[in-house]
Amino acid sequence: MALLVIVFLPILLAWVPRLTERFGRNFNLIVTLIPPLIAVGLAFSFLPSVLQGQTQEVILPWLPSMGLNLEFRIDALSLMFALLILCIGLFVVWYARFYLSEKDSLGKLYTLLLMFMTAMLGIVLSNNVLLLFVFWELTSITSFLLIGYWQDNSDARKGARMALAVTGGGGLALLAGVILLGEIAGSYTLTDIFAMHEVIIAHELYPVMLVLILLGAFTKSAQFPFHFWLPHAMAAPTPVSAYLHSATMVKAGIFLLARLHPAIAGTDLWVLIVTSTGLITMVFAAAMAMFKHDLKGLLAYSTVSHLGLITLLFGISTEVAVLAGIFHILNHAAFKATLFMSAGIVDHETGTRDLRVLQGMYKFMPITGILSILAGAAMAGVPLFNGFLSKEMMLKSVLHVPQFGSFGWLLPVIATFAALFSVYYSTRFVLNVFFTGEAKKTPKPPHEPPKLMLLPMFIMVAICVVVGIAPHLADAFVNTVGSAVLGYAQEPYHIAIWHGFNAPLLMSVIALVGGLLLYTQKGKLLAWYKKRKPFNELHIFEGTVTRIMSEFTQLVTRVENGSLQRYFAIAIVMLVAMIVYALLPISSLSGSVAITELDIVAAVASVVLIIAAFGTVLIHHNRFGGLLILSVAGLMVSILFARFSAPDLAMTQLSVEVVTIILLMLALYFLPQQTPNESSQKRVWRDASISGLAGIGIGVLAYGILTRPIDSISNFYLENAKPEGGGYNVVNVILVDFRGFDTFGEIIVLAIAGLGIATLLRNLYLPLPLTDKEGRPWDPVRHPPLLSMMARMILPLALMVSVFIFLRGHNAPGGGFIAGLITSIALILQYVASGVGFIRERIQFNYPNWIAAGVLIAAITGVGSWFLGYPFLTSTYTYIEWPIVGKFEISSALPFDLGVYLTVVATTLLILAYIGKLTTTARVDD
Amino acid sequence: MEILIAIVIAVLTGTGLYLILRSRTFPVVMGLTLLTYAVNLFLFTMGRIQYNSPPVVNASDTYTDPLPQALVLTAIVIGFAMTAFVVVLALRARADLGNDHVDGKDSVDDVKEANR
Repeated sequence: MALLVIVFLPILLAWVPRLTERFGRNFNLIVTLIPPLIAVGLAFSFLPSVLQGQTQEVILPWLPSMGLNLEFRIDALSLMFALLILCIGLFVVWYARFYLSEKDSLGKLYTLLLMFMTAMLGIVLSNNVLLLFVFWELTSITSFLLIGYWQDNSDARKGARMALAVTGGGGLALLAGVILLGEIAGSYTLTDIFAMHEVIIAHELYPVMLVLILLGAFTKSAQFPFHFWLPHAMAAPTPVSAYLHSATMVKAGIFLLARLHPAIAGTDLWVLIVTSTGLITMVFAAAMAMFKHDLKGLLAYSTVSHLGLITLLFGISTEVAVLAGIFHILNHAAFKATLFMSAGIVDHETGTRDLRVLQGMYKFMPITGILSILAGAAMAGVPLFNGFLSKEMMLKSVLHVPQFGSFGWLLPVIATFAALFSVYYSTRFVLNVFFTGEAKKTPKPPHEPPKLMLLPMFIMVAICVVVGIAPHLADAFVNTVGSAVLGYAQEPYHIAIWHGFNAPLLMSVIALVGGLLLYTQKGKLLAWYKKRKPFNELHIFEGTVTRIMSEFTQLVTRVENGSLQRYFAIAIVMLVAMIVYALLPISSLSGSVAITELDIVAAVASVVLIIAAFGTVLIHHNRFGGLLILSVAGLMVSILFARFSAPDLAMTQLSVEVVTIILLMLALYFLPQQTPNESSQKRVWRDASISGLAGIGIGVLAYGILTRPIDSISNFYLENAKPEGGGYNVVNVILVDFRGFDTFGEIIVLAIAGLGIATLLRNLYLPLPLTDKEGRPWDPVRHPPLLSMMARMILPLALMVSVFIFLRGHNAPGGGFIAGLITSIALILQYVASGVGFIRERIQFNYPNWIAAGVLIAAITGVGSWFLGYPFLTSTYTYIEWPIVGKFEISSALPFDLGVYLTVVATTLLILAYIGKLTTTARVDD
Repeated sequence: MEILIAIVIAVLTGTGLYLILRSRTFPVVMGLTLLTYAVNLFLFTMGRIQYNSPPVVNASDTYTDPLPQALVLTAIVIGFAMTAFVVVLALRARADLGNDHVDGKDSVDDVKEANR
């Protein structure tokens, strides 16, 4: 349970900072600190048991059928990362309070940071690879939002987009990879996957799976050649850079390597790919960092380089290498976050991050200077700092990597060079900013930041120094985490400062001395770099994106020319093609079932229907005439329903027909009365032939099915309608009971259509025709008295009929849909006969509210069965004695049907009344 | 009867699609209505044709398939809502674009271009 709280508490409280912004920045800071503080407390409570090598798991089903569950697990590795995420998170939240200027929204940053925290904690605590992927994507999205925090800055937007494209693309590869992994291992649960190590690495798909997963890890952790997004992500506010792009998110890829290490490592392929990627990244990025003039750019490349170092170590996979990797994750987080904060302070207090402008700042900000010197020394790997220890272990690890065969000597050489570069840029960072002569003029007069802002840096530098001097303090923890990564309990390794005179020490010395010597040649180096052709990944990336976009835009405009008719024609031709393809293998059109004998009523209705359909097409240019003939077709359809044993359908079709025709009449009032003859003869033939073919195809299909035997699930409904649903009318029982959830969805569709129409009609002004199409003015008597009198007399009768139809619906043809339509027609008749104004004086319905009421009643009925311990919309029924009526069945499906009824009435009336109002001066919006 | 019903469905589909391919909104709406009839009849007859056997328990000796009926019943009502939506969209287009062409184009050139 505590695990769930750790993961989800930050995101559950993420809304708080954003909404409490008006209470001031300090209040904002406090409410944001609360969730991570609670989570840190809970995480520490796991420490004793985890140090003894125990793990704890929690599982909640989510989509068990797909192997996706809310499974969390805490072991030493996840606890280490969780603490890293939470502690650095706390520091960053604290620091951001001072960093962000008054005009930027602190609440927004905090909300995003808390959301990010949950995503990150989810990755490290997941015990299910699919769940891990879900959180993985969440980090990509929150990172996108955080990089683009200053959304009016073009660089921030582009950087955010690039980061999302690269890490999101890698995420897709990862998804494919983990699915393969899960299928190979037979389970998506990590604990199970660990046990399948032998099966996994022996599987024929192992190389594919490995490459896909590594693609995910390498894009996230900015490994060469995917490193380019990270420097551009530095457009984010510095606290975000310190947190996401140095201490946590970019380490998610590394975490994945460590997490899956027991399952997928241990092959030559793993060692070769991971080690060489790490090695190239380490040296390439370190070299790039040497030439950056932007403080954050320097730190970004240095981060890439250190990530490469850790990747390299996990690639080598020996015990020492793995321990070194784990140790370096912690060390790097401590000194790099400090340096980012220092860069942020320099930027904040001087207004620039340009190393060509900055120098001699020590005089103005001595405390920041000292903290940066210490953290810089740790980054350079100076003895008595934590960075030295993990660097020594790294140098020791690269000395012997048998998988590289005769090229093994390359590793220590390249690693030494990378370390040398690292010394160079660390020196440059510290000396260039704080010393090297007198300060130049900066955009803002430099001064020391508020003391409280420095607090997190103090703590982290203290860690760097204490661990550097007394490394045995970290022994137990690093060794326990090491067992989790290696997958077995290894011989405990003792981290020590002094290992005697050996190769690693020599390499360290070469790096330190060489780096300092190189620094003395700084001017020449920079001059050489300046002569090179400038190279900006962002421009290349954006250029590629723009080119792809424009090519596809051209393609789209060619295919999609904006003609609805063409789209329809293509769709219909495809339909014909698909029917033909499906029917080709069938040898005989007729099936084995005998033809039903001809029924005279149905036959006449069919013939009239055919004539009406053709008639509609033939005279459709005269719209009014076409509409009248169309209504004949609708009536014939309802007669067919009635003859073919579907009384419910016949009643529904009949009443819908009435409202449809009224609706179309109303609409026609505002539209031209004639359709112009604008189609060419060729086009008419073309359309007639493709629609004719489609019609024949569908007809053949229908005939083919109708003459073949039926195998239906309907017997279940027929048998259970009375005992289970309490009704004799099976159609209605299906609607309100067996398939009640479908019906619920359908009335929601109805409601949405109604509300959509109301929105479309808002502020709609159409010219009202003053005459009919022959130019005759309208009759001054708009509402004939005879009609309105009749209509008023019919109203109560019609309402009574609809109540009757509604109540009997469960046992005889009828029900909410039909009753609703009858009520609507009765009320619409009043509108037609007496006008909108007349109705408005007497009844005032707010139709949208009634629609909502209908849907709500149906929903509440459905939810009601939860309280009785049954699934949504389970119905029950009983009998009560009514006076006069006698024994009457009352069913819980009845209120549901009432909801249906109300929705139908309100939607139908809304549609017609709102369009009707357009014909008067009383518009919808007033 | 099956042959006749298949012809009915074929004719309704064909005429409906032909009208849908017209260039003005109102014929398209009429075409949609015809097509709705066709689709509803098609779905309904998937339960096969039977006379005098409504699916009301105890009302007759044999029962026809109630399931397609339940499906079609809601389809009819939703079909109405969708028709209404398209009609109102057509009204809105007429008000905002000044014509009732399905692509919102009215001039002869535009139509010629669309026919190309």
